[in-house]
Amino acid sequence: MNFTNFGKYLLLLKAVFRKPEKISIYMKAIFQQMNFVGVGSLGLISIISTFIGAVMTLQIAFQLVSDFIPKTIIGSVNRDSSILELSPTITAIVLAGKIGSAISSEIGTMRVSEQIDALEIMGINSPGYLILPKLIAGITMVPVLVICSMFLSIGGGFLGGTLSGAVSPAEYIQGITTDFNPYTITVALVKAFVFGFIITTVPAYEGFYVKGGALEVAQASTRAVVVSCISILACDYIVTQLLL
Amino acid sequence: MIEIKDIEKSFGSNIVLKGISAKFEAGVTNLIIGGSGSGKTTLLKCMVGLQTPEKGSVQYDGREFTEMNFEQRIEIRKEIGMLFQGSALFDSMTVEENIMFPLNMFTDQSFKEKQERANFCLERVNLEGKNKLFPAELSGGMKKRVGIARAIAMNPKYLFCDEPNSGLDPKTSIVIDELIKEITEEYKTTTIVVTHDMNSVMGIGDYILFLHEGKKFWEGSNKEIAHTDIEELNDFVFASRFMKAAKKNF
Repeated sequence: MNFTNFGKYLLLLKAVFRKPEKISIYMKAIFQQMNFVGVGSLGLISIISTFIGAVMTLQIAFQLVSDFIPKTIIGSVNRDSSILELSPTITAIVLAGKIGSAISSEIGTMRVSEQIDALEIMGINSPGYLILPKLIAGITMVPVLVICSMFLSIGGGFLGGTLSGAVSPAEYIQGITTDFNPYTITVALVKAFVFGFIITTVPAYEGFYVKGGALEVAQASTRAVVVSCISILACDYIVTQLLL
Repeated sequence: MIEIKDIEKSFGSNIVLKGISAKFEAGVTNLIIGGSGSGKTTLLKCMVGLQTPEKGSVQYDGREFTEMNFEQRIEIRKEIGMLFQGSALFDSMTVEENIMFPLNMFTDQSFKEKQERANFCLERVNLEGKNKLFPAELSGGMKKRVGIARAIAMNPKYLFCDEPNSGLDPKTSIVIDELIKEITEEYKTTTIVVTHDMNSVMGIGDYILFLHEGKKFWEGSNKEIAHTDIEELNDFVFASRFMKAAKKNF
């Protein structure tokens, strides 16, 4: 059953990449989706990233009880954790809930109200028209959001650490600037790209093949978020294993 | 002209269409009628390619549709207009944008030309001035008329209507029926209407195909349907007391 679904998912992706009917219409849709995925999620990602950074700093400080370990390590651990894992993965999971459910219910509602059939009858490649702009928005805007999240998480760590007195500003800044490996950014961006692909295509697949009515659309939306989250975590492991 | 030959379709073990053949001429209103579950909508979907029949062929003016690939089908679909049962208007677009959508996709017309065409189509369905409304702001009958306006925007050669009267009051149903008939005769389209509305059958049925349990049971015109002795057809057409009483006058 799952292999059947995976096969249908691949066939849908093949249809998504057919030649667009008119580039200008697709470009307009891409910018609308970039605005929805990127700008529309920036506030939520900012709040979450800042608090996660702050909490991470406090927890690292709590666990570093040895006098032999310098406090600058708090900044460097928070930096690497944020860049490598927390920013890409938490951002992706939050977006899977926000963007994924929206994509699934939008396309699912179009399916049950025959709007997708109407597109097909007009001679429009409905997977391409409906999914390609969302996919391009996902793989471009999720990395941008992840970069924002990295800065805000590290900044949140600074605020949390200094306001609570767990680490001094000088120690924290020294920590985040010492032994920085730029390759971690590459790993994070590869993850963000993969997650952006999952966040848009998995919910689109769930919505595209909905049968029934409002109840089935809601179920597809829930399934889309669950499958996206599991796929994100599985891909997180695979990418980490491959690149580190 | 659309010709279907020996169409068969099943869903699992449920055989929905059992070898249906028919010819639908241009310039006349062709009706497919039958009870619920008789296979009307499935036949329509097989004809436009939304369902794939297991057997049989669909020909658009001699062009074999069932054997065409995706790209070839697109060329035929540009000649098709379809009115859906629930209108299927795009919720996020205004009435005008809905009508202009196929023009935006497939023509290189200027915005002014497309707007003029949209206005013409709206006038044709008596909805002048409703350009900026969204589908959610329209009544059921208005949605159907916008659906027709969108269907005719590209000057289709083939017009399909899936239960155009469902959910409408009798007066609005007649307006929709007359509009479909006028458009068919004016533009010489090959029009196929799936319905179980008896007013439509008697009012606009130039050619009627009656389906019963997935089979072609009868074909003829609205003038002939009142005088058949086929029990299944009479049970369907004259099911209501009103139609039974009216039969005496036919």
